[in-house]
Amino acid sequence: MSKLYTGAEIVFKCLEDQNVDFIFGYPGGAVLPIYDELKNHSSIKHILVRHEQGAGHAAEGYARSSGKPGVVLVTSGPGATNVVTALTDAYMDSVPLVCISGQVPTHLIGTDAFQECDTTGITRPCTKHNWLVKDIKDLSKTLHEAFRVATTGRPGPVLVDIPKDIQFAKINYSKPKKEKKSNGKMNNKFSQSEISQLINLIAQAKKPVIYTGGGVINSGPKASDTLREFVRLVGFPITSTLQGLGAFPGDDNQFIGMLGMHGTYEANNAMHDCDLLINIGARFDDRITGKIDEFSPRSKKIHIDIDPSSINKIIKVDLAIVGDVNEVLKAIIKKINDKKNGLKQSNKQNISKWWEQIQKWRTKNSLGFINSDKTIKPQHAVKRLYELTKNQDTFITTEVGQHQMWAAQHYKFNKPNRWMTSGGLGTMGYGLPAAVGVQIAHPDKLVIDIAGEASVLMTMQEMSTAVQYNLPIKIFVLNNQYMGMVRQWQELLHEKNYSESYSEALPDFVKLAEAYGCKGIKANNPNELDIKIKEMIDHNGPVIFDCQVDPNENCFPMIPSGKPHNQMILGPSDKKENKITGKGKALV
Amino acid sequence: MVNPKSAYSIPTKKGKSDTHIIVVWVDNEAGVLARVVGLFSGRGYNIESLAVAEVDATKNISRITIVTTGTPQVIDQIKLQLKKLVPVHKVADFKREDKKVIFKEMALLKVVGNKKKIDKCLRACKNFNPVILDKTKLSIVIQITALRREIDKMSKKLKPLGLSSTSRTGAIAMTRGAEVFK
Repeated sequence: MSKLYTGAEIVFKCLEDQNVDFIFGYPGGAVLPIYDELKNHSSIKHILVRHEQGAGHAAEGYARSSGKPGVVLVTSGPGATNVVTALTDAYMDSVPLVCISGQVPTHLIGTDAFQECDTTGITRPCTKHNWLVKDIKDLSKTLHEAFRVATTGRPGPVLVDIPKDIQFAKINYSKPKKEKKSNGKMNNKFSQSEISQLINLIAQAKKPVIYTGGGVINSGPKASDTLREFVRLVGFPITSTLQGLGAFPGDDNQFIGMLGMHGTYEANNAMHDCDLLINIGARFDDRITGKIDEFSPRSKKIHIDIDPSSINKIIKVDLAIVGDVNEVLKAIIKKINDKKNGLKQSNKQNISKWWEQIQKWRTKNSLGFINSDKTIKPQHAVKRLYELTKNQDTFITTEVGQHQMWAAQHYKFNKPNRWMTSGGLGTMGYGLPAAVGVQIAHPDKLVIDIAGEASVLMTMQEMSTAVQYNLPIKIFVLNNQYMGMVRQWQELLHEKNYSESYSEALPDFVKLAEAYGCKGIKANNPNELDIKIKEMIDHNGPVIFDCQVDPNENCFPMIPSGKPHNQMILGPSDKKENKITGKGKALV
Repeated sequence: MVNPKSAYSIPTKKGKSDTHIIVVWVDNEAGVLARVVGLFSGRGYNIESLAVAEVDATKNISRITIVTTGTPQVIDQIKLQLKKLVPVHKVADFKREDKKVIFKEMALLKVVGNKKKIDKCLRACKNFNPVILDKTKLSIVIQITALRREIDKMSKKLKPLGLSSTSRTGAIAMTRGAEVFK
């Protein structure tokens, strides 16, 4: 008879079979058997966080920077409820997470036992799927299924709730079955005729634009290579959503910047005026589309996505191709190269006028700002950070708010998986724990959290985690003492009534860093910025960098509420600024 | 136009809503109904009626029949979102007007009153396969099977005749002919 294993042992056997190296977690009564088993599995390292939300975001950072699923281990009740924000965040941004939660013993479920909550009930709407394992026989099968669901199709978080008595119960262990390639929930069945239709549209286009999203990143690093090949082949301008940054080089001439609410003038105008829009792995989010009725009114729209429910959800498209981005793009390139569809070597001539128009828009320099030699402008700080770190392979995480948009606008990414930001849910406090996870996955790389002082205080306790594991993450705080994006909206939409958006009391970040046992650096003026950034980069350990920036700076350009792409508010450096600001004011 | 003062765009014109019957085949496991119903409530779709029971005990399959209304776009989303749920095997969608599909709902009607009123009730029900399940001097329980709106009508009609209690199953559906939905 084969050996019997406890539920806790089976958990680790499954994790080993799934090649899990790290789990992010926090112990508690209902997961103690699993924690007890940890010592017997040296290949799996546990990262002890300071709050379960931090575990979730760290696992997200790990997953997004490495392409592997992130694993979270939490206890029942508050352990599970604390991780809900991170699960929802992962669900919105399609990040593969496997969360294992302890639960009170099966005979106590439903009795309002100590630290009991309906974990599967609470997490049902924020996971791809979840399971309550009520029978030890189901445990290994469920755990392997959990990894499969999290990582296949459109990735996302899953949760497995394991009652404490199941963790003690004993049974045989069965290895996961070899996966069948095709299963019901995978969608990769596009047809060659769809590819041909797409190529016909490409061949006819005079004003095309490619709009890429996080789906390209999720399709793996190869998809980014394929995308680059495709974009160079057709010569079209390409824009990207917040999540898609890095799939195409940010400093390439064909890249016209991020689009959407705080996207560039050229990208948004190209979206509005184009005659062919190719959406690759993006989902027409409301921060992208602006006013739906006036979204890209004269274009044929193509949508390539692995999730059929993303298609026609917001914007009706003319051609939908459901499939994995890399597979679809490879098929397109192959067909173009076969020249079977009448597409000549390129239609770059067709679109030369379009490029001229885009160059005109570019001269607006919509990301421009008026620099100062007295105060540090936040945009300037991000630009300097980029210039001083671009020569090494740098990973950037962010919190949520103005700093996030400035980071997206001014930091140029050349590789996928280098940019981790909370886009869908917009979770303040995401960046610091995410940086912890990224640094775990890439111990020798430079990892910087571009943060705001309000956001970073929400999960500041994870500095302790960084210090414990010697993770040299750099927390680059653009400190303007405001919840900047809230303040900006209040300025533009609520008659400058800055209701509760100013933090009257803030910690001394240098002292805070020292209290955590890491290094604190403060920069007050532009002259010392470069030296201090270099000091931060050169320091071999975690750093909190307090960058005191102009508190009144707003994030431009911007599509105001309920407006289409071609009605942007530009920044103060634009010469027509006065007129547009006047009009902008009338709008709000 | 009123300035919306919002970070979100203003609602756009809504298309015409139709009533659809959505049939979902699911694994009969704990929480599966909550997943389906939660999807509807979470995304703001409405449920007019719901009928669910296991239909295949060996394969553990339950069949959920949901009557809902929505614009074509919303109905498409409902189907696509349902298909994404892990325990969902297949999803069928029928328009209420579809002649190829049979829709039926069962109702139990309890009428309390004298013989005259009870007889009147029975006569009123005669087109809807009435079955008398229980009868006393003062009351009767009638089972009828009909379309949703016919039962709605009957409820109204029987109210003055002493209808005191109604229990309904929610609509269920089946395609006509030899064809089986795959």
